[in-house]
Amino acid sequence: MSALDPREELAQRLGIPVPAPRFTSPGALSLALAEQDYLSSSAISSVTYLADRLAKPILVEGPAGTGKTALAKAVAQASGARLIRLQCYEGLDEGKALYEWNYRKQLLRIQASGQGDVDQWSALEADIFSEEFLLTRPLLEAIRADEPVVLLIDEIDRVELETEALLLEILSEYQVSIPEMGTVKARQIPMVFLTSNNTRELSEALKRRCLYLYLDYPDVQRERDIIVARVPGITTVLATHIAEVVHSLRRMELKKSPSVSETLDWARTLVLLGRAELDDAFVVETLHLLLKYQADIEKAARTFAAPGA
Amino acid sequence: MLDLLSGFVAELRTVGLPVSMTEHVDAARALEVIDLGDRTTLQQALRAVLVKNGAHLETFDHTFALYFGHRFAPLDSDDDVETMPATSSPSPAPPSPSANELDTALLEALDAGDLGALRASASLAVDRYAGIEKGRPVGASYYLYRTMRHLNIDEVEQQVAERRLGDDASPLEQRLAEDYAAEAVAAFRDAVEQEIIDRLVDERGVEAMVKATRESLPEDVDVMLANRESLEAIEAVLAPLGKKLAARLAQKRRRRRRGPVDMRRTMRESLSTGGVPLDIRFRPPRPSKPEIVVIADMSGSVASFARFTLLLMHALSSEFAKVRTFVFVDGVDEVTHLFDEERDPTVAADRIANEAAMIAADGHSDYGRVFRAFADRYADAVHPRSTLLILGDARSNYHPPEPEVFAATARRARRVYWLNPEPQAYWRSGDSVLDAYAEACDEVRECRTLRQLEQFVMGLS
Repeated sequence: MSALDPREELAQRLGIPVPAPRFTSPGALSLALAEQDYLSSSAISSVTYLADRLAKPILVEGPAGTGKTALAKAVAQASGARLIRLQCYEGLDEGKALYEWNYRKQLLRIQASGQGDVDQWSALEADIFSEEFLLTRPLLEAIRADEPVVLLIDEIDRVELETEALLLEILSEYQVSIPEMGTVKARQIPMVFLTSNNTRELSEALKRRCLYLYLDYPDVQRERDIIVARVPGITTVLATHIAEVVHSLRRMELKKSPSVSETLDWARTLVLLGRAELDDAFVVETLHLLLKYQADIEKAARTFAAPGA
Repeated sequence: MLDLLSGFVAELRTVGLPVSMTEHVDAARALEVIDLGDRTTLQQALRAVLVKNGAHLETFDHTFALYFGHRFAPLDSDDDVETMPATSSPSPAPPSPSANELDTALLEALDAGDLGALRASASLAVDRYAGIEKGRPVGASYYLYRTMRHLNIDEVEQQVAERRLGDDASPLEQRLAEDYAAEAVAAFRDAVEQEIIDRLVDERGVEAMVKATRESLPEDVDVMLANRESLEAIEAVLAPLGKKLAARLAQKRRRRRRGPVDMRRTMRESLSTGGVPLDIRFRPPRPSKPEIVVIADMSGSVASFARFTLLLMHALSSEFAKVRTFVFVDGVDEVTHLFDEERDPTVAADRIANEAAMIAADGHSDYGRVFRAFADRYADAVHPRSTLLILGDARSNYHPPEPEVFAATARRARRVYWLNPEPQAYWRSGDSVLDAYAEACDEVRECRTLRQLEQFVMGLS
């Protein structure tokens, strides 16, 4: 193959040594995540592995509470990297995401230098636009870090379409252009996760630069394993039963299906109450831990009471 | 392999998935990194690189099954795949198990949820029951139906559920067992379908199969021509679409215009910069939400289109000051209250057919009569702040159109739009009276697919 490995190509452009892949295979990745109590599916581990090998960001989408953010955290821990998190919100701008000039400090510097002539001014100008006066925000920080970094851009769908454009340079070139200073290139290739709850369509430009991972609710086996891993003192039998009930709830048409974190809450409650098994009345009594709408609770109780319908 | 990938990408584009050139390149690179011998890995990798929208995953999987499904007999990764010998040389009549053996094996496999065993059973079932005839031009769904009917699958599902239950099972346990059985059977059905597709691809070649089974994306399906399955698919994407559009409309409204300068906040802000107002603050603009009046033709030919549009408008109702809904065939009735009473708009839409009095005479659309009745009874619904939306094909069964009545109503509205689910080429043929009304409308739009509807709604606010 004449084509350069994408990691080599990127490293060459950034002028850094080619980093070793973080994980040797999807299987190894999945084991490393399991040590962090994050149970991945085969889709999760192969896409994450691929993202590392291709040096591309991952866009993770799916319903709330399926472990999108947890995935980034677990990968950071498993690879021994620092997690830098940018929480997105409406109105997020360059100054909060990328970098900002500390203009109060600049103002002080100008006042301190007193009245000067033209020569002094140009020296001063070069001075006040130097690193000392730069406030780094998460994106720039991820680029400038020397140690390995996992960058998590959380809920990207909350920012406006125009703000997305801020991310494009960083996501594809791993560099940031600051007009007064020039281009800041990455010192290592950060692993980037973007999460989205799909409240709006992201721009084509952004999607094109990312790999896409759709995280749906786990199947019964995986959810059972998650419960066993996360809830101390639970029996496998009870965990299986819990997973089955939750799975059955998700098959109904509800306003809001129970998320994995709600399942875990429920499981913890059952352990605290010392239940070894589930019975019908008890399930119906504690449905409010899983479902957050009265209409949903009523519907579920009705459905559980009358099978075959 | 690269040629194969190009063919695959081209097919995805034909179906309507937006695959860019960079993504194609990325896919080729991904192939170098992953283990090509494993079908799931390949599928997951290509999916991550080529598909960027959750709603497109199903279409991708369908196409993937056609292109790559049958290639995962034992395969060397760097082999030229195109020259793979067809594996379905006349199969020496397999020692076919009896119907009973097959049934038991299937039950065991379903009960254990063992995918390998399920696939084996699927393969046997297809051998035995599908009766695939070479050269017969029927689709996979025909063979699927035949296999499943011979297996008596509903009964099997029941048996699977029963096997998992003890004697005194509580209702909840029963419910769980039923859910389990339904899912196991669905997995089996998928396995059978894949098996049939594989065999058909072997027989007819990828290109022919791809052409025969190509499906449009839900948002591109022509609503007037859609079958029941596609209609269900469309309805499934409606709710998320509504949410997305509402968010986008809200955002658009908020950022469209700034309000007047807010002196108080500007002064307050300037304190941190020594009294120099560097940042000027504005008051938020007063949101102007349009009031919508929908008049929808519910006669047979355009009913499903009207249903989708009503569902979408009500999903968006938070973005409008008010939505009033009227339905008609040859009489007109208001159904706004149904949408107010029901939390779930789909239930409200279901109730329209039974509860609205939209037939006044013979049950054939009569636009002239409807507009006259509307002007008589609901004239107050339309005023200078309302946007009037007419949904219908304007086929009035040769009744007089009475355009002057419509024009009088239209003049009182702020804007008037006519959405026609018929292809534009047919508009002026037969009993279409669209021309008579077009003049009074600000715009007459062809609106055959969800995508066109989406574009229209975005322009509304």
